[in-house]
Amino acid sequence: MDIAFIVAALIAVAATVRVITCYNIMHALLYLVVSLLAVAVVLYTYGAPFMAVLEIIIYAGAIMVLIIFFVMMLNLGLETAEHEKAWLRPRIWLVPGIFCVVLLGELLYLILQNKQPAAGIQVVPPKQVGMALFGPYLIAVELTGILLMAGIVGAYHLGRQHKKTLHRFLENNLDT
Amino acid sequence: MINAWWIIGGVLFVLLNTAAGLIWLERRMLALWQDRYGPNRAGPFGLFIVLADTLKLFFKEDWIPPFADKVVFVFAPAVVVASVLMSFVIVPFAPGIVVADLNIGILFFLAMSSLGVYSIVLGGWASNNKYALLGAMRGASQMISYEVFMGLALMGVVVLSGSFNLQQIVESQRTVWFVIPQLLGFLIFMVAGVAETHRLPFDIPEAESELVAGFHSEYSGMKFGMFFIGEYLGVTLISAMVVTLYFGGWLGPSFLPPVVWFAIKTFAFISLFILLRASMPRPRYDQLMEYGWKVLFPLSLLNLLVTAAIKLWLVTK
Repeated sequence: MDIAFIVAALIAVAATVRVITCYNIMHALLYLVVSLLAVAVVLYTYGAPFMAVLEIIIYAGAIMVLIIFFVMMLNLGLETAEHEKAWLRPRIWLVPGIFCVVLLGELLYLILQNKQPAAGIQVVPPKQVGMALFGPYLIAVELTGILLMAGIVGAYHLGRQHKKTLHRFLENNLDT
Repeated sequence: MINAWWIIGGVLFVLLNTAAGLIWLERRMLALWQDRYGPNRAGPFGLFIVLADTLKLFFKEDWIPPFADKVVFVFAPAVVVASVLMSFVIVPFAPGIVVADLNIGILFFLAMSSLGVYSIVLGGWASNNKYALLGAMRGASQMISYEVFMGLALMGVVVLSGSFNLQQIVESQRTVWFVIPQLLGFLIFMVAGVAETHRLPFDIPEAESELVAGFHSEYSGMKFGMFFIGEYLGVTLISAMVVTLYFGGWLGPSFLPPVVWFAIKTFAFISLFILLRASMPRPRYDQLMEYGWKVLFPLSLLNLLVTAAIKLWLVTK
């Protein structure tokens, strides 16, 4: 389990780095998918199979597909990759790089400081997750539902068809 | 308990042979239903057409278009086969004969089928061809939408059996197969399954009369073969899932072993898939989406609601 965790974590980190450094947006998105899958494996090794599968279904399987879908329609080709290359000069990396190194150092310090053995990993079955969600955290679930509802209503409003016409030639005639 | 490696090897062997055999079966069945002979020359009953077809695919020029995104182009066909084969990990073929007895079985199946979309999207995008791109766009929206109804339809079974584990779902069908209390769920799952494998009534991503060959227009040789085999594997997977979830899986009268019952039932549904192809016209793309979101989506929600209410009533009574 430990080796599986380390391999998955390393893949997740490496893939995420590639997401940022990749010039081709489609390849960057694919690396993001790989990173999400690796995170799902990490969740699985830490006893949260339900979360792991949801990560794949929702993030890798639905949200990323939608993003790729839109990028596909934008028809970004080699030119955009050249643009990116021009934007992302080595100097640009300097400040974010320093921030990241500082954060990494902090993280390592904190991990090394309290060197307790990790608490026993407990596998959480889906039923327990459901009971927690619809028990103590009911209000949060309901509020999230309302938020999503607002999003759907907004999307419907934006995507609504204004006029029903039989053909686009008739549309012009109706205006005059 | 049988050694897991034997099960994995056996499952792979049977599945890949089934997928190849379906090439022959589909052509013969289509011919039968359309009053033709079909392939009947090579070998007994024309069975060697499988061999001929495979050899042909292997020896065709394996062409990668110069304008394509090479890495993604090569990678895309593998995704569909890999994701479908991964889904078979959780299918229980008989008591104890399952590769991984996961507690999250059904969810794993949904996760893998949602990853299968990538093969169409990436294949279509990497081809850098307008027909392929159109096919990929249709495929992405079709598969994302139908996954929703598929998941919701499955939840009825989960409510009734109280588990995501497929072995337990089969066990809880000892009294009555779930197709009877979940008839609506079964129908929705079946329609969504056909859309998910993009088989003929819903083969809109590759509609050959409008889009050349849709998302795999640029593919040739064994890369096309991967899409081809992936489709047949998908048909087998959906049939196996329908059998497991709604038709009692390996359960059956004891004069035949459980595996045989499972195989017979799965075969019946594979034949149904082929019959659908032989008999149904292809809907228009917007009709498909409208049908999904305006008919199947409310129906699957209603199915889940009613099932949950009845279950709650039965539990509290």
